[in-house]
Amino acid sequence: MAYIIQGETGDWEIVIGLEVHAQVTSKSKLFSGASTEFGAEPNTQVSFVDAGFPGMLPVINEICVEQAVRTGLGLNARINLTSVFARKNYFYADLPQGYQISQFDKPIVGEGELVLDMPDGSTRTVGIERLHLEQDAGKSIHDMHPSKSFIDLNRSGVALMEVVSKPDLRSPEEAGLYLTKLRSILRYLGTCDGNMQEGSMRCDANVSVRPVGETGLRTRCEIKNVNSIRYVQQAIEFEARRHVDVYEAGGDIRQETRLFDSVKVETRSMRSKEQAHDYRYFPDPDLLPLVIEQGFVDGIKAGLPELPDAKKARFMAEYGLNAYDAGVLVAERISADFFETVAKGRDAKIACNWVMGDFFAAMNATGKTMENPPVSATDLGGLIDLIGDGTLSGRLAKDVFALMVETGKAPAALVEEKGLRQVTDTGAIEAAIDVVIKANPDKVQQVRDGKTTLLGWFTGQVMKATQGKANPAMVNEMLAKKVLGE
Amino acid sequence: MSNLTDLTLAEGRDKLAKGEFTAVELTQAHIQAIEAKRNLNAFIVETPELALEEAKASDLRRRAGTNGAMDGLAIGIKDLFCTKGVQTTAASHILEGFKPPYESTVSGKLKAAGAISLGKLNLDEFAMGSSNQTSYFGAVENPWKRKSDPTAKLVPGGSSGGSAAAVAARMVMAATGTDTGGSIRQPAAFCGITGIKPTYGRCSRFGVVAFASSLDQAGPMARTVRDCAIMLGSMAGFDPNDSTSVNMAVPDFEAALTGDIRGLKIGIPKEYRPVGLSEEVAKVWEQGVEWLKAAGATPVEISLPHTKYALPTYYIIAPAECSSNLARYDGLRFGLRVPGKSLDEMYAKTRAAGFGAEVRRRILIGTYVLSAGYYDAYYAKAQKVRRLIADDFAKAFETVDVILTPTAPSAAFGQGEGSDDPVTMWLNDVFTIPTSMAGLPGLSLPAGLSSDGLPLGLQLIGRPFDEETVFKVAGVMETAANFTARPEGI
Repeated sequence: MAYIIQGETGDWEIVIGLEVHAQVTSKSKLFSGASTEFGAEPNTQVSFVDAGFPGMLPVINEICVEQAVRTGLGLNARINLTSVFARKNYFYADLPQGYQISQFDKPIVGEGELVLDMPDGSTRTVGIERLHLEQDAGKSIHDMHPSKSFIDLNRSGVALMEVVSKPDLRSPEEAGLYLTKLRSILRYLGTCDGNMQEGSMRCDANVSVRPVGETGLRTRCEIKNVNSIRYVQQAIEFEARRHVDVYEAGGDIRQETRLFDSVKVETRSMRSKEQAHDYRYFPDPDLLPLVIEQGFVDGIKAGLPELPDAKKARFMAEYGLNAYDAGVLVAERISADFFETVAKGRDAKIACNWVMGDFFAAMNATGKTMENPPVSATDLGGLIDLIGDGTLSGRLAKDVFALMVETGKAPAALVEEKGLRQVTDTGAIEAAIDVVIKANPDKVQQVRDGKTTLLGWFTGQVMKATQGKANPAMVNEMLAKKVLGE
Repeated sequence: MSNLTDLTLAEGRDKLAKGEFTAVELTQAHIQAIEAKRNLNAFIVETPELALEEAKASDLRRRAGTNGAMDGLAIGIKDLFCTKGVQTTAASHILEGFKPPYESTVSGKLKAAGAISLGKLNLDEFAMGSSNQTSYFGAVENPWKRKSDPTAKLVPGGSSGGSAAAVAARMVMAATGTDTGGSIRQPAAFCGITGIKPTYGRCSRFGVVAFASSLDQAGPMARTVRDCAIMLGSMAGFDPNDSTSVNMAVPDFEAALTGDIRGLKIGIPKEYRPVGLSEEVAKVWEQGVEWLKAAGATPVEISLPHTKYALPTYYIIAPAECSSNLARYDGLRFGLRVPGKSLDEMYAKTRAAGFGAEVRRRILIGTYVLSAGYYDAYYAKAQKVRRLIADDFAKAFETVDVILTPTAPSAAFGQGEGSDDPVTMWLNDVFTIPTSMAGLPGLSLPAGLSSDGLPLGLQLIGRPFDEETVFKVAGVMETAANFTARPEGI
C-alpha cells in the first residue's frame, strides 16, 4: 500500500535515502590501540594518535576491516578488495587532527541489498549504495560552563561503518522497517550493537517528494543525526509535508542540512548548501590503499551466522510458521534461539503460540528482556510437555505459566506444590456431573429437546465445581453421554 | 682535545672501541664546540647535561660490552623529530614550549644504538624552506664564507640548515635531517657535507612532525659517505607504527663501500642543464663524470622528459598535504593558544600568530588546490604527473645503475638574497625534487669549490631501496674528489 501525501494540487510520494552510522564492535579504535568501551571517564581512552599530536600516524585495525567486510557480506554486497582512505578536512574542536579519516570514492563495500519484512508478511528489497569505514569525532559538551565548551575525546577515532541506502524507501514506515532490519542484521553479525540511545547507531535521512507519476528526483534535504527509529519516522513525515507545502505554495526547496527537534516534532535548517563545508577530500598519504585478499573475504563468509532472512525462510519451511510469526521471531537472534529451544522435539506451532502469545505478553508486563527472560526456554518447553502428556489442561497451563513468571519455579514443581494436576479420574468427574445434572433438571430437558448449545454451560459448571482441574475433553464426552444418553 | 671534534663517526667509533678516549670526553669536546659557535644559531635547544649523563651511561655500557653501533658518538637531532621530554618546535612559534611525551622512532633508534644527542637543531619552519630563514627562532648562518666577501652571512640551505651547519662547523659529528623536496641534500651541498635521503619508506616517519606525508623522509647528514652509511643503518627499519614504512631487512650499508664500481652504468640526464645553470656547477658535474669514468664506470646519457614538471607538481602536492597536516595546530591541545571570542576566532588568531609567512603561504596554496572544483585540475593532475616522473626514472633504471646530477643550481647564497620572491627560492630544489617525487634515494656529497670558495655538491640517485649502490658510487667519488676544504676558522 503506497504512502501518499494528499496535497491540494494532487498526490505526492516521498523519496527517502538513509545514511546510518554504525559503531563497529571492536575492542580498539580504527587507527589506534585505545579502548572503545562506552561510559568511561572523559578523556581516559585517548591515544596520542586520537588526540592528533605532532608526528602521530594512523595504523589500520584489522578487526575493523573484518567487521566491515562481514557487514558487507551480510548485506549481500560487493566487497572491494582495494579501497582507499581519504581525509575529510574541516575544523572543529572535537576533531583533533583537523580532518576525519574516511573513505570517499573507493569504499570497502559497494552495492548490496536489504529485504524489508512488511507487516502483511510480504517483502520488499531496498538497494544499498555502499558501506565505508571512517573515524568518529570526539564529543563537545556545551552545557557545563557558561562560556567554555568541554571536549571528550574518548570517542575520537572509534570506527564507524557508514551504510548508505539507495533512495528506494517510500514511506516513514519503510524507513523504520529498514532501520529495524539493518539493526537486526548488524546484531546477528556482531558487527554493531545497534544501540541508538548510546549513539552506537545514528541515522541521517535524505528526504524529497515528487508528484505521483514523476520519475526524476527533486531537491533533497538531509536531516542529521536522528537517534531513534520513531524520531526518524517523525522527522521524515514532517519534512515531506513541509516540502509538499512549499511546492504547492509555489516555492522551491533549497538543498540544505536540517536538524530534528524531537520536542517540537519538527525539522529546522542547520546550514544551507552555500554554507556547507568544502571538505577537500584527498587520499590520506599516511595510509596506503587498503588491499585485502579474496581468501580473507572467503574466510569471513564461511564463518557467517545464519542471517534473519535465511532463518525466517527456514522457520516457515521447517516449522510451518507463517511469515509474520517467523519474521517476529527472527528479528533478534536471541528470540529465534529461544523459540528453537522451546520447539525442539515439540509441536512447533504450539511452541510458536506460547512464545508469541503468553511469553511475549509476560515479557512486556514484567519489563524483562530476552537476555533475562521471565521464563526460561527449558521451562516453557516443560510446560508444553505437561499439556502434551495430559497432566495439564490448556487452561491450567495458563495458570501454571502465570505462577512460573511469578515464582521462577519449574512447571512440574508448581504442579506438585499447588496440586494443579488435571483430574482424569472418571469417578470424580462423574460425581461432579451428577451433582450439576441433579441441580438443573430444567436445563437438562432443554438440551434433550434439542438446545445442545447449552451443553457448554454444563461443561463450565463442572469445571467450576472441580476448580478447573477436570480434563475438559473427558467432561464433554461424559456430559453428552449422561444428558443425551448417547 | 680539540681534534676530537674533527673525527668522523667511523674514526670516533673505532677510537672509542680502542679506549683512546671516553664518550664523556668526546661529548665534552662537542659541547665546547657548540658553545663556541653559538653565533651560527644552529641549535634551538642545547641539551648538554642530558648528553653528559648519556655519555656516562655509554661508557658504562662499553665497559660492560653492551654498547651499540653508534655508542658514545655525538650527534644532533633536527627539531622536527619529537624527543621525549625535550622541547620540539619544528622551528615554529605555534609549537614553542611543546615537550612531546613520546620519542620519534628514528631518534629512538639512534638512542638505542648509543648515539648521544647534544640538542635540537634549527630548521626552516615546519621544514618549509631552502635557506633556513623561515625559522621562528632565527636564521642559521652557514659557517662557509665567500672569499670575495667574508663578512656576508650566507644561508646554510634548508630546511635541514641547522643540521648541515652544525656538522660542517664540527659542533656535532653527524645529525639527523629530513628531506621532503631536497631538505637534506641541498643544505648538505651548501655546507660541504654529505647527506642522503633514503628511499621513501626506509625510515619511519612516526614521531616526525609531518610536512608532506607522501614525501617526508628522514636521513643522515655527516662529513663522509661512510658516516652516512653507518648512521643510516641505525636509523632505518620497518616500523609497525608507520603504515608507509617498508618491511624490508636493513642491509649493511657500510659493507657496500667496496670501492669497486667497474662496469656500472651512470645515467646523465640531459634535462638537468636548465638555462642559467651556473658554469661552475656544470663544470663540477662534468668533473664528476670523469672521476666515475676513470674508476671504470660508463656514463650514459639518459632522458627524464617530465623533469620540468616536477617543481610545479611538487608545489601542488606538498602544500596540499601540508594544509591538511597542519590543521592540528589549532591551539586546543598543545602549543600556542591565542584566545578568541569564538572557536573560529581562536583558530584564526592562534594560527595567524603561530605560523610564519612561508607556512601560511603553503597552507593557502594547499587549501586552494584541494578545493571543490579545483581538485581535478590541480591535485589529481599533479598525482598523474608524479606517476609520469616516477616512470621516467623507472625507465632510466632499466639501463643505468645510478644517476649523477648537480645537487643545487648554485652555491650558498647570502641571507636576504632573493628571499623576497618565493618562486626564486623554490628553484633551489629543482634538481632534488624529482627524486623526492619518485621516492628514490638521493645522496649529495661535496665535489669541489666555487671560484668564491664555496662548496658545490653532486647528487647520486639510485633505484628504490638500492642505497647500497648509491653509497658504493659515492664512496668512489668521495675518494676522487678528495674534498678537504673546510670553513674558515674550523
